[in-house]
Amino acid sequence: MNHLPAQIQDRSALGELASAIAVESRWMIADTAVMTWRNLIRYRRSPELFIFSTASPVMFIFLFNYVFGGAIPTGDLNYIDFLMPGILVQTTLFSATQTGVGLAEDLQKGMVDRYRSLPMARSAVLGGRVAAETLVSLFVACLMLAVGYIIGMRFHGGFWPGFAVPFMVAGFAFGFSWVAAFIGASVRNAEGAGSLMFFVVFPFTFLSSAFVPVETMPGWLQPFTSVNPVTYAVDLGRALSQGGVIVANAWPTLLWTLLFTFVVGPVAVWRYRRV
Amino acid sequence: MDNAIEVRQISKSYGKVVALENVDLNVRRGSVMGLLGPNGAGKTTLVRILTTLLRPSSGSATVLGYDVVRHARHLRSYIGLAGQSAAVDDLLTGRENIHMAGRLYHMPKREVQKRAQDLLEQFDLVEAADRSVKGYSGGMRRRLDLAASLVANPPMIFLDEPTTGLDPRSRLELWDVIRNLVSEGTTVLLTTQYLEEADQLADEITVIDLGKVIAQGTADELKHQAGSEFIEVTVRDAEETRRAAGVLSNFAENNECDINEEDNIASIMVEDGAPLMVQIVRSLDAEDIAVANMAVRQPTLDDVFLALTGRTAEEAATESEQDQD
Amino acid sequence: MNLHTANEWRPQTVPPSTPVREAIGSVIYEFRWLAADTAMMAWRNLMHYRRNPETLMSTIAGPVMFLFLFNYVFGGAIGAGRDFNYIDYLVPGVLIQNNLFTVMNTGIGIASDLQKGFVDRYRSLPMARSAVLGGRVCATSLISFVSVYWTLAIAMLFGMRFHGDLLPVLLMPLVVGVFCFGVAWLSALVGVTVRNAETASASTFFITIPLTFLSSTFVPVETMPGWLQAFAEVNPITHVVNLCRNMAQGGPLESYAWITAFWIALLIIGVGTLATWSYRRIS
Ligand SMILES: Nc1ncnc2c1ncn2[C@@H]1O[C@H](COP(=O)(O)OP(=O)(O)OP(=O)(O)O)[C@@H](O)[C@H]1O
Ligand SMILES: [Mg+2]
Repeated sequence: MNHLPAQIQDRSALGELASAIAVESRWMIADTAVMTWRNLIRYRRSPELFIFSTASPVMFIFLFNYVFGGAIPTGDLNYIDFLMPGILVQTTLFSATQTGVGLAEDLQKGMVDRYRSLPMARSAVLGGRVAAETLVSLFVACLMLAVGYIIGMRFHGGFWPGFAVPFMVAGFAFGFSWVAAFIGASVRNAEGAGSLMFFVVFPFTFLSSAFVPVETMPGWLQPFTSVNPVTYAVDLGRALSQGGVIVANAWPTLLWTLLFTFVVGPVAVWRYRRV
Repeated sequence: MDNAIEVRQISKSYGKVVALENVDLNVRRGSVMGLLGPNGAGKTTLVRILTTLLRPSSGSATVLGYDVVRHARHLRSYIGLAGQSAAVDDLLTGRENIHMAGRLYHMPKREVQKRAQDLLEQFDLVEAADRSVKGYSGGMRRRLDLAASLVANPPMIFLDEPTTGLDPRSRLELWDVIRNLVSEGTTVLLTTQYLEEADQLADEITVIDLGKVIAQGTADELKHQAGSEFIEVTVRDAEETRRAAGVLSNFAENNECDINEEDNIASIMVEDGAPLMVQIVRSLDAEDIAVANMAVRQPTLDDVFLALTGRTAEEAATESEQDQD
Repeated sequence: MNLHTANEWRPQTVPPSTPVREAIGSVIYEFRWLAADTAMMAWRNLMHYRRNPETLMSTIAGPVMFLFLFNYVFGGAIGAGRDFNYIDYLVPGVLIQNNLFTVMNTGIGIASDLQKGFVDRYRSLPMARSAVLGGRVCATSLISFVSVYWTLAIAMLFGMRFHGDLLPVLLMPLVVGVFCFGVAWLSALVGVTVRNAETASASTFFITIPLTFLSSTFVPVETMPGWLQAFAEVNPITHVVNLCRNMAQGGPLESYAWITAFWIALLIIGVGTLATWSYRRIS
C-alpha cells in the first residue's frame, strides 16, 4: 500500500468550494514551479525555439540601427539610445505571446486534459507558462542590452535606473502574458492564436514611440500612439536609461500591468477552466 | 518467369547501422509473402528498396522482372505501396486523394473517376468520400491509403505493417481485402510484427531479425522447426506446478519442462501429443496432483521465433531498440 | 466483389532496354509528363489554400500592415525632406518583401511533406520527379502573382500613384512574379535540404528579413553606413526593387534589368536544378 489519498467524505457544496480553494492555494506555488520548469525545458529541448527567441531580436537591433538609424531623426539622442528601450519592449511582448501559443498548442494536443485530470492547482498551468515566459523575457532583455552596448548604446540616466530597465521591461511583458494566455485559452489552436496575437502586438508596438518619435507621425495617429500602453512603457524605459521624466510614465505603465494581471489574468484562468 | 520478386544478396547500411545483410528472397507470382520481424529488424528497409525508394548498398533485386535500380522508372508503374505511415493528404477529401494518386499513375481521367468510386465502395468509405481526411479515424486513413495504392490495379503490392494501429474488426476487414486481392492474382508482400497475421494471410513467411533472414517457409514448415507439439497442464498452485513438472519432464522429447508460475502451467514438447495424454493423467493422479486443465497445442509463430532466436519477439524488439541508443 | 474486370485500365508493360536507351527514355518520360504531373501537384497545393484559407492571412494582411506601418509610422521620419513621395518609393519594396514571404512557404510545405513521409508515396509512383517540387513552386508563385495586384490596390488607396510609362507599369507585376518564381526554387532547395518544417520556416525568416532590410526596400541606400552600403549595392533585392520602382515611377531601367535578369536566370536554372537534384538524391 503505497500512496493513497486521504479518505474522502461527503460534504456540502459549500464545504466542497472551501476545500477547493484550500487545495488551490496550498498547491498553487509548488505546481506553478513544476509547470514553469516544464515550459523552460521546452526551450532547452528545442534549440530552434531558443535561437529564434534570441537571434531574431539581436538581428532586429542591427537592422533597425544601421538601416533606419541614418534616416530617422531622433533629436538629441543617438538612434541606438532611442531604439533600445523600444525594441526591448517590442521583443519581450512578442516573446510573451509564446504563453498563448504554447497554451493553445497544449489545449489542441490534449496535453491539458492530462493536467486537468491531475489533482493540481488549475491556475498552475497558466501561471507556469506566464512565469516561464517572463524569465525568458528577462534573459532576452539582458542579452539585447549587452548587444546594444557593444554597438554603441550607453546609459545616461544613472546606474540604478539603468539597472531597473530589464526588470521593468520583463514586468510589463509579464502583465501582457496574461492577455496572451487569455487569447490562447480562447482560440485553442496554435496557429490561430499565433497569428491573432501577431495582429494584436504588431500594431500596438509599432504605433508607439518604440521606433520613431511620436511627433513625426501624422496628426490623426497621435491620439492613439499617446494613449497606447506600449508608448508609456517605452517612454519609461527611455527615461530610466537616458534620463527624463520617470514618475509620469511609471504610473500608467504600472496601472496597465496591474490591470492585465489582476483583471485579464483571472478571466484567462476562468476561460481555461471552462474548456 | 514465375517469381514476382527475386532478391539476391541485398545489403543496406546507414553509416554504421547495418539494416540488411545478405538477404535472399523469392516470391512466387500470385502469392502472399509475409515478412516477419520485430521492431528494427529491417522490414521497412527491404520494402523501400523493392519499391525503388532506396538504393541497396550491395546486391541486386528484381520485381516483376525489372531491376529495382536500373529499371526503377518502369517498375513504378506496376507496383503499389502502402507505407508504414498512411500517406494521405489531410486537407484533401478521400476521393481527391485517390484521384490524385490515379492521375499520377497517368491513368485517364474518366478511368480514375470510375475506379475511385469502386474503391471507395469496396473500402466502405463512400459516406466519408467527400469529407476532408482530417476528420478520418485511424482505420479509415489506413483503408484510404490502401485504396490509393490500389488505384492503378498494380499486379504487385507492398504493404508495410498494414494493420498496425487498427482495432480487431478493422483488421479482419483489411485481411479480407488482402485475400480478395490475392484471389484475383495480385502478388502481395506484407510486413508485420503480428505472428498471427502472417499465419493467417501469407503463403510463405520470411522471418528476419537484425537484418538477416533467419528462416523461410510456409507457416507449417516453420512450426515444424519450432518442435512438434506441446502439452500444457494447468494445476492449482505453484507447489503443484513444480511437482507436475517433475512428472512431465519424463515424457518430454528433451526431458525438459517449462513452468509458468503465474498461471500454474507446466508444458512440455512432444513428438505426438494425443497418445500420451492418458499416460500423463495417470501419472499425475498417482502423485495426487489434481489437473485443472490439459491441452495439446500446435506451436505458434511465437514459439517459432523463440526457437529460432532464443528470444521472444518482444525481447528482440527491446534489444534492437537498446542497440540504437 | 470484383477488383479487376476485363476492360479496365492496366499499366502497359514496356520491357526495359540498354542502359543508354533507358537514360534517354527517362529524360523523355520526365518531359512528357512534367506538365501534367506538375499541374496535378499544383492543384493539390492550391486546394490546401482553399481548405485552409488562414494560411493566406499573412499574404493578404501583410501588405496592408507594412504599407500602413512604413508609410504612416516611419514615413514621416524617413520621408522628411526627400525629393520623392515616400509611398511611391515604398510600394515596390513592400511588394517584393511580401511576395518573398509568400513564396518562401514553398520550402516549408516541401519540408513538412518530407517529414510526414508523404514523399515516399510520390517517389514510388511513375510520375515525373521534378513535379513534386515544381507543383509547389507553381502554386505559391501563382498566389504571389495574384497578390501583387492586391498590394497595388491597397497602395493606391494609401495614395500611391504611377508616374512611369504605360508599358513598364503594366510589365512590373510580371517582373515581380518571375523573380518570386525564382525565389520559390531557392525556398524549395531550403526545404529539401533541412527536411523539417520548423527549421525551414526559421531559415526562411532569417534569409528574407535581412535581405529585404539591407537593401533599398525601405530607405535609400545612401542613408546607411558605408560598409552596409557596400552590401546593399550588391544585394539582388536592391536591384529588383530599383527596377520595379523605376518601372512604376519612371527612371533608368537598363542596368537594373540586366542584373535582375541574371539573378532570375541563376535562381530558376541554377538553384532550380540543384533543388531537383537534391530531391532526387533523397533516400
Ligand atoms: N534513415 C535511416 N538512418 C539510419 N538508420 C536507419 C534509417 N532507417 C532505418 N534505420 C535503421 O535500420 C534498422 C532497420 O530499420 P527498419 O525501419 O527497416 O526496421 P523495421 O523492421 O521496419 O522496424 P519497425 O517494425 O519498427 O517498422 C533499424 O536499426 C533502424 O534504426
Ligand atoms: Mg518498419
